[in-house]
Amino acid sequence: MLEIRNLHAEIDGKPILKGVTLAVKPGEVAAIMGPNGSGKSTLSYVIAGKDEYEVTKGEVLLDGENILGIDPDQRAAKGLFLAFQYPLEIPGVATMTFLKAALNAQRKKRGEEEIAPADFIRSVNRVADKLGISREMLRRALNVGFSGGEKKRMEILQMALFEPRMCVLDETDSGLDIDALRIVAEGVNALRAKDRAFLVITHYQRLLSHIVPDTVHVMADGRIVKSGGPELASELEAKGYADFAAQTAA
Amino acid sequence: MPAVQETVDRVRAIDVDQYRWGFSTSIESEKAPKGLSEEVIGFISGKKGEPQWLLDWRLEALRRWRTLEEPNWARVHHPKIEYDELYYYAAPKKGGGPASLDEVDPELLKTFEKLGIPLKEQAVLAGVEGARVAVDAVFDSVSVATTYKEELAKAGVIFCSISEAVREHPELVRKYLGSVVPVTDNFFATLNSAVFTDGSFVYLPKGVRCPMELSTYFRINEQNTGQFERTLIIADEGSYVSYLEGCTAPKRDENQLHAAVVELIALDNAEIKYSTVQNWFPGDKEGKGGIYNFVTKRGDCRGKNSKISWTQVETGSAITWKYPSCILRGDNSQGEFYSIAVSNGHQQVDSGTKMLHLGKNTVSRIISKGIAAGHSDNTYRGLVSAHRKASGARNFTNCDSLLIGQDCGAHTVPYIESKNASAVFEHEATTSKIAEDQLFYCTQRGLNEEEAVALIVNGFVKDVLQQLPMEFAVEAQKLIAVSLEGSVG
Repeated sequence: MLEIRNLHAEIDGKPILKGVTLAVKPGEVAAIMGPNGSGKSTLSYVIAGKDEYEVTKGEVLLDGENILGIDPDQRAAKGLFLAFQYPLEIPGVATMTFLKAALNAQRKKRGEEEIAPADFIRSVNRVADKLGISREMLRRALNVGFSGGEKKRMEILQMALFEPRMCVLDETDSGLDIDALRIVAEGVNALRAKDRAFLVITHYQRLLSHIVPDTVHVMADGRIVKSGGPELASELEAKGYADFAAQTAA
Repeated sequence: MPAVQETVDRVRAIDVDQYRWGFSTSIESEKAPKGLSEEVIGFISGKKGEPQWLLDWRLEALRRWRTLEEPNWARVHHPKIEYDELYYYAAPKKGGGPASLDEVDPELLKTFEKLGIPLKEQAVLAGVEGARVAVDAVFDSVSVATTYKEELAKAGVIFCSISEAVREHPELVRKYLGSVVPVTDNFFATLNSAVFTDGSFVYLPKGVRCPMELSTYFRINEQNTGQFERTLIIADEGSYVSYLEGCTAPKRDENQLHAAVVELIALDNAEIKYSTVQNWFPGDKEGKGGIYNFVTKRGDCRGKNSKISWTQVETGSAITWKYPSCILRGDNSQGEFYSIAVSNGHQQVDSGTKMLHLGKNTVSRIISKGIAAGHSDNTYRGLVSAHRKASGARNFTNCDSLLIGQDCGAHTVPYIESKNASAVFEHEATTSKIAEDQLFYCTQRGLNEEEAVALIVNGFVKDVLQQLPMEFAVEAQKLIAVSLEGSVG
């Protein structure tokens, strides 16, 4: 579903990604773990198409198509979703308004009809109930005055609503208490499906005890340095990243 | 040099496309001679068959104007205006005044159609309750089509052109004209007093709630013709009126001066709500050729418990110099100012309000949202003052600026003067930028950049849009989006 080949990217002339190669199959949940500064977040931004990163080499294929040349909104319409580590606030724009505008923009790009208002409200409410998001919150401006946990739940709500096929989660566990973590993880698990894939980026193992990955990749200094099964996460938790950092330095 | 020519052509094409309503009709007009003189004023006054007192009033204004200097305190820059090079009067030929829409020049009706003013449809829709908007369409300087007069007359509301009011209701005009904005008020208002050509007149009798929203659309259509509208609205005791003013203008090469005066008078317990959507030609990519808009708008809350509310959405003009104000004379009177000022390209906006608290327990509220993009400059300039007798005066001001891009500027210049210890004035101001991260977030969710900017801007101006009547708000929202097209990327 997602294939990254020898990806090099830099920001302001500073290389961050130095040859990332990685493949995620439909139905797979892949985790990327790594120390701060290893390039995990950059990888998620480059996949989603953030402007300020310059790709100097390599490809990112979504369903076999290189998406590096196309705008972020087109990538979203093709079914790519990035759950942000720090979701942005949009003052004055009611959450419902935002969700509807975004959903219809995606549908339009795919040549689909706008969603009927009644269907839209029903879908949002269904997902919101599962994630413990109140109607009152949906009326408020998007993410404005939301707690860290509320913002993360709102990301998962959007993910559930847009039904993307490739979901990238960037440090979704950061800033969450254990209850919020459980809700978020349940939300993600509910979306696991054989035609949908996840790339879960995290610093800590604790998220992965709630969202159990099929594969784990370790990233250090802009490269994938080790890949394995879920047991790799526990190993990392026990030993830390020091070994890998040393490995890349050598 | 084909490459250069190509660039020129492209810029031209972009301009035409950006200013969607840049077209002009070819209706022959009857002009006064160029320049400003006693003769020209005599010509205008004579054309309109005005009484001697009004001619004297105009001539007095001209005499005063000659002693005044053009103000230079606003944060705007423009080439010197050659007042003697302008024409001060142009009327669409076909005089006599049409008795019905059928008699209106079809060219003119076409223009209105392009503007989306459903004059004809209105006649068809006449039976629909609650959806009526009377339009006193001012085309250049003379009112050529007025609808719903009868309906309004039934309620006792007078809504007509000011020329007609001078003929039909001279006592009202004479009593109130210049009573809020005196002849000597400022350079542009004085100029207007000398040469004003037409405008709207509204009178609400005691206790009458106007049965519909009153609306005037006008557009500047004659090359080189200064437009000098004069609007006078009087709400007698206990009455209410909501008045909408909206305008677009055809594209022009030379700068056009516009110096309107609007006077509002609210007597005891009366309320006037005045909404404006302004979209005059802002100039081309290099900032050339737009409208200069020097307007004096002032409301007088003359009676106790009266209320005047200004709402404006400003997206057009090369230069905007405009401070709709309230004189809070009556005890417990209220003044409001809600403003959205959008500037793009090379537009310069210096706008704001004055809230002058004279009476006891007077309350005012100012919500101003400035949006600057491109190479534009956007200044909020406001005065809130309390007279020493204005005990219990209260003001709340909220002034937000949003910047899009690197080359624009936003400025806030609040003046606060209180001569009464019990007055409470609050002032809040913020300046923010649409962050790259915010845009990226929106585009990741499927919106393209322009949709994202429009959404963020709409969120920013929401508090003000809510003050506009529904259909006006929709129009304003579209206008803001169109005005900001091409401001990112």
